[in-house]
Amino acid sequence: MTLLSVENLRKHYSSGDRDVAAVDGVSFSLSAGETLGIAGASGSGKSTLARLILRLAEPEAGTIHFEGQNWLALQGAKLRGNRARMQMVFQDIHGAFHPTATVGSVLDDPLRIHRIATKKDRPGEIARLLDRVGLAAADAHRPVHQLSGGQRQRVAIARAISTRPSLIVLDEAVSALDVQVRNRILKLLVELQREQGISYLFISHDLAVLRAVSHRLAIMDTGRIVEYGRTTDMIDSPQSAAGHALVSAVPRLTLAGRPKNTV
Amino acid sequence: MTAALCNLSNMTVRYGGRTALSDVSLNLMAGERLAIVGESGSGKSTFVRALAGLLPRGAICDGQVHWASDQAPRLGRDIGFVFQDASASLNPLLRIGEQVAEGAKRHLGLTWQAAYDHAQALLEQVRIANAPAVMRAYPHQLSGGQRQRVAIAAAIASRPSILIADEATSALDTVVQADIVKLLDELVSKNAMTLLFVTHDIALASNLADRIAVFKHGHLVEIGPVADVLSKPRSSDTQDLIAGHFDLTSPPLIAEVATS
Ligand SMILES: Nc1ncnc2c1ncn2[C@@H]1O[C@H](COP(=O)(O)OP(=O)(O)OP(=O)(O)O)[C@@H](O)[C@H]1O
Ligand SMILES: Nc1ncnc2c1ncn2[C@@H]1O[C@H](COP(=O)(O)OP(=O)(O)OP(=O)(O)O)[C@@H](O)[C@H]1O
Ligand SMILES: [Mg+2]
Ligand SMILES: [Mg+2]
Repeated sequence: MTLLSVENLRKHYSSGDRDVAAVDGVSFSLSAGETLGIAGASGSGKSTLARLILRLAEPEAGTIHFEGQNWLALQGAKLRGNRARMQMVFQDIHGAFHPTATVGSVLDDPLRIHRIATKKDRPGEIARLLDRVGLAAADAHRPVHQLSGGQRQRVAIARAISTRPSLIVLDEAVSALDVQVRNRILKLLVELQREQGISYLFISHDLAVLRAVSHRLAIMDTGRIVEYGRTTDMIDSPQSAAGHALVSAVPRLTLAGRPKNTV
Repeated sequence: MTAALCNLSNMTVRYGGRTALSDVSLNLMAGERLAIVGESGSGKSTFVRALAGLLPRGAICDGQVHWASDQAPRLGRDIGFVFQDASASLNPLLRIGEQVAEGAKRHLGLTWQAAYDHAQALLEQVRIANAPAVMRAYPHQLSGGQRQRVAIAAAIASRPSILIADEATSALDTVVQADIVKLLDELVSKNAMTLLFVTHDIALASNLADRIAVFKHGHLVEIGPVADVLSKPRSSDTQDLIAGHFDLTSPPLIAEVATS
């Protein structure tokens, strides 16, 4: 079943003498329970594409269908009501939270607004969400700004899964996490997908991460998808120049350290 | 990598009642590339902030930092700092060109014009496409990776002798990341800069660093040359970091999809 389909999406920015076709005719579709990975050079339009799908920016052209609805036609209360179905986790956590918010309040808001849990049940639900992302129930009382970068990222993930969405758009969501926490979060995302059929649009520069979690992979370059296919096939033998360059530049773990006297 | 640039002894940092760094002692060697790794919340950012004198208000810091030079290095001039959250370190109201040129003008005594030329060259070095136009853009008009690169350019603009980069390349595509790593590497080998590089990517650390320091729960659990730490890790925390690393040959976490 197709959950999301995007046709010929376009968005361009111009400011002064800088004119950028950030998203330049992108089409793809995503099934329920599927993960589409998106990789591409910095500035190739990945986050813009995410913002268009999330309705945080309006495209100049193209269509988006989500859960059988004309997603771009939804407005006002109708759009707000449906927002719980599509969640996001961004890397740029700066500004993603109110400066004085506590972890608990960040999770309480969506549970209340979208009527996921009653007042009585919310503390228990918050504790459960924190546990799922590897934080302690007691962390609910801490102000978000006092957390480390990786801890804040986990709060953002807990918030995204709190409304039981059908799609989560993740933009470099695990890039700043250490391997243990990252692996745990990736396993959690895969588990949620298996249990609840959630789909992910998973933007990352980390091809090993994309290979671990995404069924299909799209490579973007200057606003376009230049390569698309099964993730393992593409990483094993990329066909586009952009894909090839990204794969060959992956840092390899060299236990012996850097060669002496390089450069 | 011979003389100690700085020795830190018994550094402890508390935020309120919470100890974020416990009794850390180490020598930072002049001209070395030191990678700092460790799990989330282990105190990496706290450590580098303490070293640079950048702890947030309310943090209590004990211990001694002894610099080999007569005068402690000054932030912005002698120490360049790239924050984990690049966007937070850029002023949203200033054009990119101004932010990068400012440090060069102030600390290198350049004229505005010379500082702008310097800034543009730096943006090109961090692989910003169409640098002249980007000079006139504001931070919100850039992608995450572009902002991260601008923050790196701003940090090296005053030609600091010490560069502290906190997850500075964590959101860059692999091609640009490799270019930045090469640039930082050249700054160390040609300009005798000292590099402190916080990263969660142990593969990146293995390619870039001379030494690796491993943090866990606020403690420095292991430090040594890369080859020693990675091939003969003494601490189980280091072993966990190595075991958790996955690469392009690790088994995927998902089952194959039924082709639709
Ligand atoms: N301003 C602050 N106030 C209170 N506690 C803080 C503050 N900053 C950090 N902490 C706490 O100190 C500990 C160490 O945080 P730090 O940011 O140094 O970790 P880190 O190793 O850089 O983690 P990450 O990889 O997630 O960035 C964490 O438990 C964190 O919650
Ligand atoms: N608000 C804006 N105003 C002007 N230009 C913009 C704006 N937002 C993005 N751009 C430009 O559009 C292009 C695509 O940006 P986008 O953020 O989508 O890239 P990205 O693929 O997510 O890159 P990264 O990997 O660095 O995050 C970039 O050249 C960027 O500078
Ligand atoms: Mg982006
Ligand atoms: Mg940190």
